Amino acid sequence: MKKDWPLWEVFVRSKNGLEHRHFGSLHAADAEMALENARDVYTRRNEGVSIWVVESKYITASNPENNGEFFEPAKDKVYRHPTFYNLPDEIKHM
Amino acid sequence: MSQEQVKSLEENFEHRIANDERIEPKNWMPEKYRQTHIRQISQHAHSEIVGMLPEGNWITRAPSLRRKVALLAKVQDEAGHGLYLYSACETLGISREELYNQLHTGKAKYSSIFNYPAITWADMGAIGWLVDGAAIINQVALCNTSYGPYARAMVRICKEESFHQRQGYEIMLTLCNGTPEQKAMAQDALNRWWWPSLMMFGPRDEDSPHTEQSMKWKLKRKTNDELRQQFVDQTVPQAAILGIQIPDPDLKWNEEKQGYDFGEIDWDEFWQVVKGHGPCNKERLKARVNAWKNGAWVREAAMNYAEKKKNKQLDKAI
Repeated sequence: MKKDWPLWEVFVRSKNGLEHRHFGSLHAADAEMALENARDVYTRRNEGVSIWVVESKYITASNPENNGEFFEPAKDKVYRHPTFYNLPDEIKHM
Repeated sequence: MSQEQVKSLEENFEHRIANDERIEPKNWMPEKYRQTHIRQISQHAHSEIVGMLPEGNWITRAPSLRRKVALLAKVQDEAGHGLYLYSACETLGISREELYNQLHTGKAKYSSIFNYPAITWADMGAIGWLVDGAAIINQVALCNTSYGPYARAMVRICKEESFHQRQGYEIMLTLCNGTPEQKAMAQDALNRWWWPSLMMFGPRDEDSPHTEQSMKWKLKRKTNDELRQQFVDQTVPQAAILGIQIPDPDLKWNEEKQGYDFGEIDWDEFWQVVKGHGPCNKERLKARVNAWKNGAWVREAAMNYAEKKKNKQLDKAI
């Protein structure tokens, strides 16, 4: 029985204090190999201090076709932004 | 889906392209856009992978440790670039296995430049300087391409490529400042790699079947002939610094167009190599097919080991 290596998504923290960011994907037989391959493929020039890998099948993504309804709830809530509020010009630093 | 729905999706898509918006994997795209991208991105990935072969042979023959580590790092980069591109291509819904299969059966192409042999050490210089130089020009033009995963892979690749060209030029420079025999070796490499490098930009615009559609989709930002001109203009002064001659009697500065005029490419040779009759086509493909076949047991063993380990963990948990 032939089984292909699954696909993994790679996230890299480029330096301390920054978040992990999606860098790309790769194939590997297991998590340990995925980490080592990620190191060799995505951090050959010290691009990272930490790597996360997760099998791609475990990622659930929103569907761009539904972006309208999906993100709609935030659209009419201008009062969530500071510019919504009227203040006199004399007020500084607020 | 009704025809009307498809039409509205198409209009929306064209509109996004026109606005320079990126297309992402889950966005709707016309089937032809998808297929064209699979063709181009996979061809690009295959080129990186096959591109390791002419240089890989020289790693153990490099003249110094400095040259050896540099060449090794360059070939590793090419493997990495191939992997970035295969991943980008897979986001279009084609599997890695199918991509390899297309390469191994000859259905997919790769850059013809790698069907020329690398017969002397100076070829490592000429390949880095000219072949990577031409590749960079092609790739910089692709950093703004419309398909998001492809554009992001290109940005990463372009960042890493400039060392490739510099290490090649440095090899040429060292040879050109060496003994007369070494300089002759550099000249010989330039003579053999110049024309194939110009061919890397593809057929003339009027003979390029895909250019018009690719420009419209912003898959290509500049035409083959524009990029080729840019390469010639950039490379001629570099050859002058090396003190070697570009093998083209028709090459001369054109004041009016502020660029070089150059001779006609041997298009018969170009098409012959594309069709599989270049000096190394068979050898390159055979090397790839063998690598894949001979690695099959390793891939299987790794999968079996992974499953065994997973089952052990499950047993423990129970």
